[in-house]
Amino acid sequence: MNNLVYLIPLFPLAGFLINGLFRKSLNKPLIGIIGSGAILASFVVSLVLFFQVKSNGALPVEALFSFINVHDFKIDFAFQVDQLSSIFLLIITGIGFLIHVYSTSYMHDEPTEHFGRYFAYLNLFVFSMLLLVMGANFVIMFIGWEGVGLCSYLLIGFWFKNNNYNYAAKKAFVMNRIGDLGFLLAVFWLLAKVGTVNYHDVFTAESLAKLTPTDITAITLLLFVGAAGKSAQIPLYTWLPDAMAGPTPVSALIHAATMVTAGIYMIARSNVLYSLAHVTQNVIAIIGIATALLAATIALKQNDIKKVLAYSTVSQLGYMFLGLGVGAYTGAVFHVMTHAFFKALLFLGAGSVIHAAGGEQDIRKMGGLKKYMPYTHLTFLVGCIAIAGMPPFSGFFSKDEILAAAYARSPILWGLGVLGAAMTAFYMFRLYATTFLGSFRGTHDQEHHLHESPAAMTIPLVVLAFLSVIGGAVGVPEALHGHHELHHFLSPVLTTEVAPELGHSTEYGLMAVSVVLALAALLFALNKFSKKPELGEPTGFGKVLANKWYIDELYDAVIVNPLLKFADFLKNVVEKSGIDGIVNGVGRFVQYLSRQLRLLQSGQVGNYILFMVLSIVVLFLVFWNQAIILQFLQKVF
Amino acid sequence: MPIQYYIALSVCLFCIGIVGVLTRRNVIIIFMCIELMLNSVNLLLVAFSKMYNAPAFAANPASTVGIDGQLFVFFIMVVAAAEVSVGLAIIVMMYRNTHSIDVNFLNRLKN
Amino acid sequence: MGVTSILFWSLSALALISAIMVLATKNPVHSVLWLIVVFFAISGHYILLNAQFLAIVNLIVYAGAIMVLFLFVIMLMNLNTATEPKKNLWMKLAGIISGGSLFLILISVVRSSVDMSQKSALVKDGNIGLIDTLGKVLFNEYTIPFEISSILFLSAMVGAVVIGKKN
Repeated sequence: MNNLVYLIPLFPLAGFLINGLFRKSLNKPLIGIIGSGAILASFVVSLVLFFQVKSNGALPVEALFSFINVHDFKIDFAFQVDQLSSIFLLIITGIGFLIHVYSTSYMHDEPTEHFGRYFAYLNLFVFSMLLLVMGANFVIMFIGWEGVGLCSYLLIGFWFKNNNYNYAAKKAFVMNRIGDLGFLLAVFWLLAKVGTVNYHDVFTAESLAKLTPTDITAITLLLFVGAAGKSAQIPLYTWLPDAMAGPTPVSALIHAATMVTAGIYMIARSNVLYSLAHVTQNVIAIIGIATALLAATIALKQNDIKKVLAYSTVSQLGYMFLGLGVGAYTGAVFHVMTHAFFKALLFLGAGSVIHAAGGEQDIRKMGGLKKYMPYTHLTFLVGCIAIAGMPPFSGFFSKDEILAAAYARSPILWGLGVLGAAMTAFYMFRLYATTFLGSFRGTHDQEHHLHESPAAMTIPLVVLAFLSVIGGAVGVPEALHGHHELHHFLSPVLTTEVAPELGHSTEYGLMAVSVVLALAALLFALNKFSKKPELGEPTGFGKVLANKWYIDELYDAVIVNPLLKFADFLKNVVEKSGIDGIVNGVGRFVQYLSRQLRLLQSGQVGNYILFMVLSIVVLFLVFWNQAIILQFLQKVF
Repeated sequence: MPIQYYIALSVCLFCIGIVGVLTRRNVIIIFMCIELMLNSVNLLLVAFSKMYNAPAFAANPASTVGIDGQLFVFFIMVVAAAEVSVGLAIIVMMYRNTHSIDVNFLNRLKN
Repeated sequence: MGVTSILFWSLSALALISAIMVLATKNPVHSVLWLIVVFFAISGHYILLNAQFLAIVNLIVYAGAIMVLFLFVIMLMNLNTATEPKKNLWMKLAGIISGGSLFLILISVVRSSVDMSQKSALVKDGNIGLIDTLGKVLFNEYTIPFEISSILFLSAMVGAVVIGKKN
């Protein structure tokens, strides 16, 4: 029995309640301290638990209370901290804490009330995310899953006075709902076939024997639909770039480091099921690499600093799914971790830039920021190198592990992956060069306003940069005389992991090819954009890329507009003349009757007595023995 | 005397009173019709009182069975007297205000 | 046909005719006088039923006090001429028809009742209507209602004074 487990989600929940309820009476520093302190407390507890797990293995499942209890069907509100969840706990609370600290400075211009609302949402998000990774069954995970979706919606639409932001929030929510439906169906399917949703019970040979191969394929595919919605994979990825409407720290925390990796966590958690479903694995691998390439091509031509990072996130998530699809679960989780470091770093750096440029997000109006913002510049550069996969930065190790596993499955996947990696290096350094090198291209006022951000923003940047540099050390492959600690640590959970059977020389070759290609793309971009940035509107094929392959337009034409037309039909025809007609008709009829009845109320006492007498007559006729009355009346007349 | 004769007589008087209330517009006449109806009921009560007394009287001449009916009549007279005093006061006041005793002027209930 | 029957039928005829005349006359003073005749006929019925006390009280209270009050009011308002406005013919017709149908229904109900057809009221005989018997019951069993009725009178008096006062 470990009494610390429940503390982890409790702190953010308390922070949410305090900040949410008293946001009008607290002042800004206090709100910031409460919000960040709650996460820091969770981080400390997570750290303690992590070392317990590291030395003693997974902690026992801890049931807090019975959540659903019907007949012999029982779902506990239970927490499970094992190797996989402890890694995620550290990522969520650690990066979460840094981003909270960063936010206290970034959001400082907001009114106190909204400042409190922001931190309340952020704490609620961390709470939900912790539920998601700590839940000991799929139902608790689903609660967290929905909770993070809600917080994502609330935070994307944080500046709700701008209607475009509200549309973006709505889009994210609806697309997530589509995925959630798949998740929910999978859970129902599992319940119907196995009768339990506890991880411990589901992932046993006994339970798996109850599932036919069709069941497993269907369940895993449905779960993947959920993961695709949450982790922005084709075809449900378009919400993530639009989600950049939210404040930048939110983009860093939710839409880069944590929430969007929920799908990877879920699939890694269910790796036992996925390893039995080869069809699903292939689907995941193909969709993953397709997403990685599509998003990378779009990122090549974006001019909004946050949009580039958003598409880069989608692309990197695609790599993680590629890793999951080829069975490199550790690689995927490893990439989640390193990606959390450098992508949070990049987003926070972008936030710092936007902050300095007075809200400007278009990189064509930046340039030459190097000399104004030394810390931001350096840390951003570290992030770019890490994501480009240059050794010995962290991105290199995780990406390389995924690519090696992909090569073991199919060299084509590897080839496409390397192409994507080269594109990543290219667009990241295009971004870097356009933003930080060259000379400033904005207005004179903006130039005057440029400044390095305060310490509350630069310290998290430095910490994250440090982690981005050394984060790969936990997963140095054996080919490089490393130990791959992460692999050993996670092996009790990721039982079905297949280590690629590659000789060391092949691995060296693969590494060399990807590094050289990426380096070439990097240098090309640096050379091309530092002197002559791309300022005009793109033409030709570039225009297609800048317009995101017209995917949004396609969705609008194929799905959204027909639905809107149908809704219009329902609204204008069915509702107006059908339902309204009936309702109004009833109302008008009653009104007419009442108008006639009103005339009876003449106020003349004589009339009332007349009605009274008539009523007595009627009552006698109705309730007395009618036969006798009629007989008598016949006799009389 | 068969009780039905008395009932029929009372019903006749009562209905004459009702028709009076319904057809006349003079408040005082309406009031008088109400008195007529009260009297018809009084007559019926006395008749019933004697009807219940009949078998008891045959067994014991000193029996007081059925005397309640006559006491009711007594109380009805009391109430009627009180009612008339108040009612006539109201009519006088109404006449003072409207200079009419037409019941149709009393249509304030409409509002 | 004995004396009782003759008396009953003649008193009944008198009561009905006078009651109709109350409605038929135009002059309110005549209506009051016809109503006094009705009360006299009903008092006759009371005597026939051996309820002498009620007969006397009826004469004193109704014919004596109440009807005099009516007359007094009519005279006070100077209404002794036929000044009543004509009522709508249809309303009159409706009143007569509904009253008549109520009459028919009530009569049919009386005719159809089974246990009433055997019963009869004791006439001439019996002593429950004597003042001696009535008084004993009134002051023994009906003391409280009697006292309450005195309060009713008091309040009626106060009410009449308040309403009648010029304000």
